[in-house]
Amino acid sequence: MSPQSVCAVDTPEPMIGELASGERRPLARLLTRIENGDPSVRPALPELFAAGRGAHVVGITGPPGSGKSTLVNALITEWRKRGRRVGILAVDPSSPYTRGAILGDRIRMMEHAADRDVFMRSMASRGELGGVAATTWIAAAALDAAGYDPVLIETVGAGQSEVEIARLAETTVVVEVPEMGDEVQAIKAGLLEVADIIAVNKGDRPGADRAARQLRAMLSTAGGRVERKPPPVMVTTATTADGVVALADAIDAHRSQARTPVEAGERAANQVRRALADLAATRAMADATWDRTIRAVADRALDPMTAAERLLDGVG
Amino acid sequence: MTDTPIRILIAKPGLDGHDRGAKVLARGLRDEGFEVIYTGLRQTPEMIADAAEQEDVDVVGLSILSGAHMALLPRTVQLLRDRGMPDVLVAAGGIIPDADVVKLKEAGVAEIFGPGTSIGQIARYFRENVRRS
Ligand SMILES: Nc1nc2c(ncn2[C@@H]2O[C@H](COP(=O)(O)OP(=O)(O)OP(=O)(O)O)[C@@H](O)[C@H]2O)c(=O)[nH]1
Ligand SMILES: [Mg+2]
Repeated sequence: MSPQSVCAVDTPEPMIGELASGERRPLARLLTRIENGDPSVRPALPELFAAGRGAHVVGITGPPGSGKSTLVNALITEWRKRGRRVGILAVDPSSPYTRGAILGDRIRMMEHAADRDVFMRSMASRGELGGVAATTWIAAAALDAAGYDPVLIETVGAGQSEVEIARLAETTVVVEVPEMGDEVQAIKAGLLEVADIIAVNKGDRPGADRAARQLRAMLSTAGGRVERKPPPVMVTTATTADGVVALADAIDAHRSQARTPVEAGERAANQVRRALADLAATRAMADATWDRTIRAVADRALDPMTAAERLLDGVG
Repeated sequence: MTDTPIRILIAKPGLDGHDRGAKVLARGLRDEGFEVIYTGLRQTPEMIADAAEQEDVDVVGLSILSGAHMALLPRTVQLLRDRGMPDVLVAAGGIIPDADVVKLKEAGVAEIFGPGTSIGQIARYFRENVRRS
């Protein structure tokens, strides 16, 4: 253990300051501590968020293999042309049995590995208490403080945690493929819930335009939140970058829409709610009477709601 | 903190074209509880070091078939040092002559896994030798 590293662990504050330098190493190390739930991170959070520069946080989600990473790669190229520094977090699931994970998103983005104005980090969901969502938005804040804008978060669109990540992002792009066919109806509800923009990717395959038309028709009819206009549906071919300029434009244009007081307020409420749930869970579990209270619920001597109240009251 | 999964970057530098072995290793180490960042074929040492830096990995594992190991491996070690990551273990798998193995270790390569090394052995080696600050 080098003296330098000891110092970095004991005093996180200078590392937040170092983020502004644009150096990769301090950012990479901070991200590791965020991922690990290192206790040194918590006291640094106010400073971390204060150092934020208001990056546009964009979620990219969709079914496995729909081309999210390839599309992100093409978007990076486009935003670099526009002079933006791009940050990427790509989240893949951990095995609940071994805790291992294969993080394979970077393979599509290696052409940007050497670009000092692109920072890409693969994260395993780890399935720890608090879940990946909490970790991800702190990690996004670190990229923001380091001057990356936009900050893209790629997640596989299956399951609750991904929906949650989408809620934390300001703009959520859902990446589908032409072959969705009859599933359109089934995914409609989910799309309306999270998508600000829909990309029908693999536009080089037959049926892409038809799938896009079908989606548009369905999204424009009833369902979802009435006050919200249906998300634009765009056709892209990530492998040739066809349609990527328009997609980048649409994402950039959504930024201001995401920042109306109503939208920003909703997002902040979600974040605080999330933080509150994490905090309550962590503190309740640390409570000395946790085991006994849980036992009482298992033995049906206590109902779960009363148990939760007791734990919360006991640990205020 | 020490019980967080070991992060390893697996790459296949050089020009030869298939990565079946690297993929088998990636899946095997995933099953051993590692977080495996797989970066694919034809990577240069610069790309590997740049990726390792951003990913803050504990280990860089290189699958070598091309015979260019004497150029690629020491270069990767050097670039990681240049980027302030001297603690990262650099290991390689492949058929490498004994005389070269000695030289590679002198150049800072931690270990060479010859054909027939089991994934269990490789995983154990990394668990025992990873340096975390
Ligand atoms: N034909 C065609 N193939 C594409 C296109 N975009 C991506 N692909 C291919 O689809 C496969 C999956 O692409 P990825 O970018 O890894 O997809 P992903 O959604 O990130 O995958 P996961 O992260 O594993 O869920 C790769 O073989 C890509 O080359 C496209 O526009 N057209
Ligand atoms: Mg991907």
